Amino acid sequence: MTVQSGPYFGPYGGRFVPEALIAALDELAEGYAAARVDPAFAAELERLATVYAGRPTPLTEAPRFAEAAGGARVFLKREDLAHTGSHKINNVLGQALLTKRLGKSRVIAETGAGQHGVATATAAALMGLDCVVYMGLEDTRRQALNVARMRLLGAQVVPVETGSRTLKDAINEALRDWVTNVGETNYIFGTAAGPHPFPAMVRDFQSVIGAEARAQVLSATGRLPRAAAACVGGGSNSIGLFSAFLDDAAVGLYGFEAAGDGVETGRHAATLTAGSPGTLHGAKSYLLQDADGQTIESHSISAGLDYPGVGPQHSHLKDSGRAIYRPVTDAAAMAAFLRLTRTEGIMPAIESAHALAGALDLGLELGPGAVILVCLSGRGDKDVETAARWFDL
Amino acid sequence: MNSATWEGADGSAGGAGGSDGAGGAGGIGGVGGAGGAIARARAEGRAALIAYLPCGYPSLAGSVDACRALIRGGADVIELGLPYSDPVMDGPVIGQAVTAALAAGFRVDDLFEAVAELAPSGRPVEVMTYYNPVFRRGDQRFAADLAAVGGAGLITPDLIPEEAGDWVAAADRFGLDKIFLVAPSSPPARLRLTAAACRGFTYATSTMGVTGARQSLSELARPLVERTRGAGAANVCVGVGVSTPDQAAEVAGFADGVIVGSAFVQRLTAGQDLEAFAAALREAAAR
Repeated sequence: MTVQSGPYFGPYGGRFVPEALIAALDELAEGYAAARVDPAFAAELERLATVYAGRPTPLTEAPRFAEAAGGARVFLKREDLAHTGSHKINNVLGQALLTKRLGKSRVIAETGAGQHGVATATAAALMGLDCVVYMGLEDTRRQALNVARMRLLGAQVVPVETGSRTLKDAINEALRDWVTNVGETNYIFGTAAGPHPFPAMVRDFQSVIGAEARAQVLSATGRLPRAAAACVGGGSNSIGLFSAFLDDAAVGLYGFEAAGDGVETGRHAATLTAGSPGTLHGAKSYLLQDADGQTIESHSISAGLDYPGVGPQHSHLKDSGRAIYRPVTDAAAMAAFLRLTRTEGIMPAIESAHALAGALDLGLELGPGAVILVCLSGRGDKDVETAARWFDL
Repeated sequence: MNSATWEGADGSAGGAGGSDGAGGAGGIGGVGGAGGAIARARAEGRAALIAYLPCGYPSLAGSVDACRALIRGGADVIELGLPYSDPVMDGPVIGQAVTAALAAGFRVDDLFEAVAELAPSGRPVEVMTYYNPVFRRGDQRFAADLAAVGGAGLITPDLIPEEAGDWVAAADRFGLDKIFLVAPSSPPARLRLTAAACRGFTYATSTMGVTGARQSLSELARPLVERTRGAGAANVCVGVGVSTPDQAAEVAGFADGVIVGSAFVQRLTAGQDLEAFAAALREAAAR
């Protein structure tokens, strides 16, 4: 199995952060390297994954949904059934255990849709850690339910009013907090981006998705899938899924980005499709930027994909051609959202609906009998209001 | 995923080209680097005053005028900020100013225009910039353009020497200052690496945190300066959280330069006299 442990993925990755954070990143990287080979750490994480988070999550075939997929078979990896309603818990439990191991008492996190913030607040409650979550002011309005959930869990939610007041600014503010309070604070980063060691560490904690799904598809169909598909914002659920298939050359890896109103409109979050290499939030990777290198604001109906950057390993997978990244518009994602809800009784997160929409097109391309594995990264409860508005219910 | 890998990635970055004790290379435009200005201040029994303002705030012309006021007040080095969309090292005062500059239409080309106007003053102009605008323009092109207008070099708050190979090569080619940061959390090996990579001066952040005024000078500042000197840096200047003449006087007691930013921005926003404030800081920094 090809495992890249960073800090670089081809020309991407690294550490583009203030010097003040380097000692903490070194401490984290060393702590993680030690934890990674410690059987007691692995055992505790697996115990929590099983008895607390509900792993392994099931694999569900979606035959009625797949009737629109050209005869392909669609299998859903059900991260929506994990505790707190998305894959985010996989990463957070690992990083929270690591926080305890490093002897730190306070965790901070950024959140866009609120799923990572909720997962972090949950792990903090479980392990008795102080928790502060930074969330763009705009997002606190879009995702008021998750703000309430975090506060009920005992976390302090700080609305961020700087810059564009969304996820990218929440990350900036969390980095500012970390620079200031690094002694007792660990930053639980939510996606497989940011400075080393986060991209590799978050991927490793999410690789349970791919490892389970690979075995489950083999068991269900007797073969590997023709395609593995996932949505890509920062890219944690997708890299977790892809990581199990990197050496399976016959398995196509497909990442679906948020095209918002359409890539051609400029109102999108399709970083790998329409961005260019640069540095943002601590890593070199593709990002949405203007000719001066200023970050361009992203747009998506999905707060979790509404991010102008992407993890460095995805940038490398794109350049190498090992993974293919495609844009999916708000409209296509919402159609897939409704289709899954009404054909299978499973309401996906709008983020995950981008992968579902992509899978329908893939089915038409790949033809009858092709097995398509889709990471259903989260459930749609948080999106009910957005969806009701979209469909004018 | 281990520190050996990380250290191994270092390669060319740290060693090349530099000691800040060289007194600063001259830019092609003929203005000396910060090292020369610091040496001149030292000869006068002063710590150098390094004064920051963001380019394009409140307007391009307004920022040039404001920098001229700093020069009249006696600033030894101008630190001209390049407004950037994601300034993670900056607190609210500078954050709001650069956001306003961007909203008013600031472009990177404007920066070179401003440097060209300020360079004839004879005071070195160091550009404070996050790395992405440099990477986007191309390290070589950025360095060439800066040298062509007489800029002295760059202060790069989110670029560590290990990641700076391209910038170091470009700066060396064009004779520009390379100013990296050290922090109270930097261990000895990193202080040595950073001190060796700097030309002009080494920027010591007085405290763990972002730019902005503090009630009192951090007690972490003096030991950091001493450790950085011990690691081989000849010129160590202190910034982040230095905003009053009293704090400047304190810093001047142990450092080679005093870096003041947010306090100038605040006064610029409030329409107060920058020249008089710069003069008060310079006076305070006389030993």
